[in-house]
Amino acid sequence: MSFPKVRVPYLLLLPGFAFLFTFFILPIINLAQTSTQTPIAGGDTGQYEQTLAFGNYIQAFVDNKEQFARSFVYATLATIFALVIAYPLAYAIAFKSGKFKNILLVLVVAPFFTSFLLRTIAWKQILGEEGFVVPALRSLHIISQQTTLTSTSVAVVAGMTYNFLPFMTLPLYASLERIDPRTIEAAGDLYANGITAFRRVTVPLSLPGVVAGTLLTFIPAAGDYVNAAILGSPNTKMIGNVIESRYFKIVDYPTAAALSFTLMAAILILVTLYIRKAGTEELV
Amino acid sequence: MSSDAISARGDLRLTRITKSYGDFKAVDDLTLTIPKGSFFALLGPSGCGKTTTLRMVAGLEEPTVGSIHLGDTDITTTRPYQRPINTVFQNYALFPHLTIFENIAFGLRRRGIKDVKEQVDKVLNLVELPHLAERKPTQLSGGQQQRIALARAIVNRPALLLLDEPLGALDLKLRRQMQIELKWIQREVGLTFVHVTHDQEEAMTMADTIAVMNEGKIEQMGSPADLYDNPETAFVANFLGQSNLIKGKIDGNDGDNLVVDLYGQKVSMPKKRSHAVDNSLYAGIRPEKFRISRLGTPVKGNILTGGHIEDVSYIGVSTQYVVAMPWGQEVMVFEQNDDGVAPFDKGDEVNISWEPTFTFGLRGDEDIEAGTEVNPEELEEQ
Amino acid sequence: MSQKVKDASIPTIPAKARFSRWFGRNLLRIYMIFGFTYLFIPVAYTFAFSFNDSGKSNLIWKGFTLSNWQNPCGAPEVCNALGNSIKIGLLATTFSTILGTMIAFAIGRYQFRGRSSSNLLIFLPMATPEIVLGASLLSLFLVFKINPGFWPTVIAHVMFCISFVVVTVKARIASLDPRLEQAAMDLYANELETFRRVTLPLVAPGIAGAALLAFSLSFDDFIITNFNSGTLITFPKFVYVSAARGIPAQANVIGSSMFFLALAIVIAGQLVKRKKTR
Repeated sequence: MSFPKVRVPYLLLLPGFAFLFTFFILPIINLAQTSTQTPIAGGDTGQYEQTLAFGNYIQAFVDNKEQFARSFVYATLATIFALVIAYPLAYAIAFKSGKFKNILLVLVVAPFFTSFLLRTIAWKQILGEEGFVVPALRSLHIISQQTTLTSTSVAVVAGMTYNFLPFMTLPLYASLERIDPRTIEAAGDLYANGITAFRRVTVPLSLPGVVAGTLLTFIPAAGDYVNAAILGSPNTKMIGNVIESRYFKIVDYPTAAALSFTLMAAILILVTLYIRKAGTEELV
Repeated sequence: MSSDAISARGDLRLTRITKSYGDFKAVDDLTLTIPKGSFFALLGPSGCGKTTTLRMVAGLEEPTVGSIHLGDTDITTTRPYQRPINTVFQNYALFPHLTIFENIAFGLRRRGIKDVKEQVDKVLNLVELPHLAERKPTQLSGGQQQRIALARAIVNRPALLLLDEPLGALDLKLRRQMQIELKWIQREVGLTFVHVTHDQEEAMTMADTIAVMNEGKIEQMGSPADLYDNPETAFVANFLGQSNLIKGKIDGNDGDNLVVDLYGQKVSMPKKRSHAVDNSLYAGIRPEKFRISRLGTPVKGNILTGGHIEDVSYIGVSTQYVVAMPWGQEVMVFEQNDDGVAPFDKGDEVNISWEPTFTFGLRGDEDIEAGTEVNPEELEEQ
Repeated sequence: MSQKVKDASIPTIPAKARFSRWFGRNLLRIYMIFGFTYLFIPVAYTFAFSFNDSGKSNLIWKGFTLSNWQNPCGAPEVCNALGNSIKIGLLATTFSTILGTMIAFAIGRYQFRGRSSSNLLIFLPMATPEIVLGASLLSLFLVFKINPGFWPTVIAHVMFCISFVVVTVKARIASLDPRLEQAAMDLYANELETFRRVTLPLVAPGIAGAALLAFSLSFDDFIITNFNSGTLITFPKFVYVSAARGIPAQANVIGSSMFFLALAIVIAGQLVKRKKTR
């Protein structure tokens, strides 16, 4: 068996890459192409012609700037909350769990074996009128009799935070786990108390995990619409909801395509700026 | 043609082997014959090309130029699995997913050998670990893994067994023990061993023949005694043990001996132990060959006067003296403490003397610092 | 007369300080308990309500019953949706694992021109929001007049799973000591035998992990599926659609079973691993 060694990697890549090219690259190119079309005058719904209407982008953005803004605000909030909740958890599993480490890791991921929709709907019912949270808060007079938790932006952000928690926890854990505990001991030896050692040694060393976790959380969160649909109201519409409705309710493919691209572009710009600031190269 | 390679037997011949990586020559025009049945050592500092040479013999690398023969068979371009050569890797490379038994049986099974169990049991007994057959490599200690790695190679009765610094990861005591055992196993089984190491004591203990390598080339090859007593280059003189190299001029003949002028003092040495090409040379004397005596004491052989003792280090078995000679050089002397405590103190005025036949002569243009750099790996061992 | 050495005194800490020290040391552990409780609330809720004697709409607790567990296919659409999800999941897992493993070997093992671009291409689908992936694929299908349905969904799932498979398997390949393969060849195994007997067994856990990951991603996927499945109902889609009128308790049964099954598989995997190194 002696085919030239050079060809082997290309042969291995061929099927997978051909697939990805056909079903990832090509669709995106097609989407770009759709985004500059306009409806054929007098034609049926769903029929368009290519008119290089770049104005679609401006139109789409202007019409939906509220939802765009909201998506990014919600996604940022959810990412921050997820980071705040997940960091101590990941830290505890990495440093304070002894022989239970593996079991705890499994337990972090385990809830997400239940369907994500079932979980989100569970939250809707728990936070709804029939659940136990709202009546309890009302009887403690923390919230008024009229306030509801569902159909609010609070619920949407809470749902997003919850659903993306493992995406934040696991990279954080991986990064923290790699820290040699002796470096922290060395900090103590050099006059740093617990908090200083944490700030000056642990946190910087865990940054790759923070970067990976925030990216893995923010990117899907910005495009999410399920949490907004289940836990929110028409006032909490995110850009994902708009895109979805432009495909299925009000058929308007060029706008939907333009919105999708704008979303992707915005995410890409933010992510690039973020990565440059954080300074990590190899993510994959 | 290549299937014949696996039954090749005989001496290993490397002919004009060069291995280049771009402009860098890891192995530079090397020619070497390793006789069948010997325990051969490739000795040198890290980066000298010894491991690269070993890997080319194993077939894990291909030479850029040159050929490799086993007996009459040219094996230069054959794949590793076509060669009757097995390697004991530096970190053992035991297959973690197979039991010890299966690890050892691996080569036998690939070659379709039938009585696997008998052979594996035999070699497990040879390394004295028959009870570990069903364990996994991760359950063994370093020393045990090392012996299994050896067993896995030996069971195939290769024409050549290559050992790539196999004792590096063991602690000192275990290493000494393994050195003796390896030598015994080699005699017992009768295979040709090629051992790569940077530890000159190890090479001298175990090998019949040593090739000292430096920067891709062989500096000198011979028995441990040859290399130690009569080094041909400063590198060999300094790498194996320690040497005192004193600059001198050949002043004339005296029968079979040369008369050498060392900073005005005359000494004699056998002509055949000089490798000088003109009349400048370095006279080399090993520290343990020197004798220190008080001024006026009669001595035999060569004598250099005017030294005074700079430093005394008592090491139990011996005492090491640093003697400053009148021309500014400091000379090392090792004296055995066989008649009690060292008689000399710092500051004493002394003569040093030695048997002329122990002198070796190096070319006058040698770099006398060659081979003296401390190897960081050696630091770790201590 | 020798004076006895003064008895060494055991240091005592005042009670109040003792509590705050204990608290400080265990603060994180307490936090962990709260954290895990938070993670499991909806799961516990789902599990609890799977026992609800609810009929069609599972919104208020009506009474305890085992009938949902005894008859999980009682609400007909549930099992139909589950069946579709499983079929799609198995197909998507198979194809994405094969394609992804091949790519992982190519990138992880060989140096070739375009290696970093390949890495980028693998990374892109993971960085693209699901809605863009789903929408763009739908657009493509529409252009070629292919109706969304079963096979478009499988294709979509394979597409987004490949990247995750590559990343997982590549990590496993990276931890493989190249000297093990050299040792195999030194011991008379040719390239194919080396791959079969040494490389593959050692990479297998990574491939298994990747397959499991792919299946769970596919099973739980909603957004991309929503765009490409047309009238075909998968389990997540079923839950979403029936959210308004009430999800039958059988769906809770399915959800809880998936949880326990996956938990069992992962724990079994851990036990096997632990036994191997014992």
